[in-house]
Amino acid sequence: MNKKFISGNDAVAEGVRLARPHVISAYPITPQTITVERLSEMVEDGSLKAEYMHVESEHTALAAAIGVSSVGARAFTATSSQGLLYMAENLPYASGARLPIVMMNANRAIATPWNIYGDQMDSMFLLNSGWIQVYVEDAQEALDMMIQAYKIAEHKNVMIPIMVNLDGFVLTHTYELVEIPSQVDVDEFLPPINMTEQKMDLENPKSLCISAGNDFNFEFKIKQERDLHSSISIIESVDNEFGDKFGRYYNGLMDTYRCEDAEAILITTGSVTGTARIVVDQLRKEGKKVGVLKLRYLRPFPIDRLKTEIGNAKVVGVIDKNISFGYEGTVFTNVNSTLVNMQNSPKSMNFIGGLGGRDITKNNIKNAFESMIKMSVGEEQERIQYMNVRCEK
Amino acid sequence: MNKKLNARTITNEEFFYGHKACGGCGESLAVRLAMKVLGERTFAALPAGCMSAVSFIYPNMAFKTNAIITPFASTGAVASGMAAGLKALGIENTKTVGFAGDGGTADIGLQALSGAIDRNDDIIYFCNDNEAYMNTGIQKSGLTPYGTKTTTSPAGENLPGSITMKKNMFEIVAAHGIQYAATASIGYLEDFMMKVQKAKETKGTSYIHVFAPCPTGWGHESNITIDLAKQAVDSGLWYLAEFENGEFKLNKNPKEFSSVEDYLKVQSRFKHLKEKDIEVIKSHRNQKWEKMRKEWVSENK
Repeated sequence: MNKKFISGNDAVAEGVRLARPHVISAYPITPQTITVERLSEMVEDGSLKAEYMHVESEHTALAAAIGVSSVGARAFTATSSQGLLYMAENLPYASGARLPIVMMNANRAIATPWNIYGDQMDSMFLLNSGWIQVYVEDAQEALDMMIQAYKIAEHKNVMIPIMVNLDGFVLTHTYELVEIPSQVDVDEFLPPINMTEQKMDLENPKSLCISAGNDFNFEFKIKQERDLHSSISIIESVDNEFGDKFGRYYNGLMDTYRCEDAEAILITTGSVTGTARIVVDQLRKEGKKVGVLKLRYLRPFPIDRLKTEIGNAKVVGVIDKNISFGYEGTVFTNVNSTLVNMQNSPKSMNFIGGLGGRDITKNNIKNAFESMIKMSVGEEQERIQYMNVRCEK
Repeated sequence: MNKKLNARTITNEEFFYGHKACGGCGESLAVRLAMKVLGERTFAALPAGCMSAVSFIYPNMAFKTNAIITPFASTGAVASGMAAGLKALGIENTKTVGFAGDGGTADIGLQALSGAIDRNDDIIYFCNDNEAYMNTGIQKSGLTPYGTKTTTSPAGENLPGSITMKKNMFEIVAAHGIQYAATASIGYLEDFMMKVQKAKETKGTSYIHVFAPCPTGWGHESNITIDLAKQAVDSGLWYLAEFENGEFKLNKNPKEFSSVEDYLKVQSRFKHLKEKDIEVIKSHRNQKWEKMRKEWVSENK
């Protein structure tokens, strides 16, 4: 078994190499840079046979990937923060054209104030872009998701681009022991790209990214919406197939920890999940019925499964590393919409933290659970709380 | 030597037809003829603009070859990506081209074009210059000449319309050290087609800046499009030139210019111009030609 002690960024590059993209369009931005550096080295040393495009901006990085994908080739790009927002108009462009591009996003704060550290403000802006959004928890999951992402995106019933999100620094720059699958196994799992319809072809020329007026436009959008929803079953089957092949199952769209009989469930995304699990273990020792639910995918949003996993919990808390200014955390809003349609809707609370890379500590999470437990027995609690902040709300 | 491209020798096959461009549209003629020279193994990228707006309207597609609409800023970027993808897939003997307008090139698309030239990606980039944002309703672009009335550069008591000169795209592109660049006009179609042929045979990036009148935006009769495109060159307000192997070359160096006034007066966008404004236009033309003749004509160097 081949194991390497590498960072999250390195793991992404390893995963991309194994996925054999045809073209990488790369523009550097902290904290994603190491990924594109490693990929350039892999192209230089010949271990990755790909065209490496030094593009002049993130806008072009994704536009070039659109070009690559339109001719039926496998495209990869990576970005973060301001870069993601700079390329923003190209996200719905790619998803509307049904181009199966895979992009890594290193979750990072948005200026101003300038800040290079991790929160999830950036990708939350793009939840409506028509992309599949997955959030990984560690370097191994980052590597594995690069391989899974192409298989999901390129599935003929999906044909939707995927953004794989890693928490900036906490994941991108943290070193872990990561298992590197063999190329033979990956090749068996992930066949060469074979786009059948949405691509250019000399034998059967096509016009892509077309105009559709008010007489047709809505139907294009509804089909996109339908296919994004139905990608859920393909995401699940690809994850199962991956587990069978490589021995690592990620439980599809969400991963639960001690939720079965939990009365208070904390919903997380990304790297904070590990801390939350430790706190759950501590509180369980004290007899508290608590659990943690890691949302891996925010689009498609796993409505039905979320209802099932929440079960009979009395309170659901949501950690948001973002604010939708003027309202609340974005994940919270999304979760609430599912909760209100449950037969016995649990109460819900929002814990906003980690902005600009502020730590979310075990103690913060413990306090969150304690507040949830108080609410579960009818004590009044602030519905939206900020974790680890010094100023008045 | 290539066979001469002209009305007799150019293919009868059409690769761009059935579109909804206005009668007398110069830009669509440039695209049509370029596509005839480029042929069926062409992959075309067009940004938001007139040509994409009139030719990709579901379910009626006007390109017979593979084609794509790109984000407005991304003609160079998407074309580069297509070329890279085709190369990586091992699909050979193709040509990837971009057809952008003047705003799509000199303004919003300049950065992506610069990147493509810098990488020397194997694409041809066409700037179809009709001197304003026509698709959105005739707004000033970086290639709108001095004294032009547009919907964002109105002519009135205080201003003669646009008060800036055309951005010098040809030399901006050449300054990158591009493999091949040329200016052209649909008033000189054989010259244009020969330049397209040259670009087709160029490995790496080439750029063709083709002057193409727009009856709707310029306010002229639709039957004088070609004539106006010719007059622009003959009066010295546009020029035919090439940049090759690091050298500029003037293809046409008129001893005497035809009348600027005759060119301006048939276009409603210039109707308001006063004598002093026309003097500004002529003086700028003269400076430009003095420089080009001095620096680009070999016997004068």
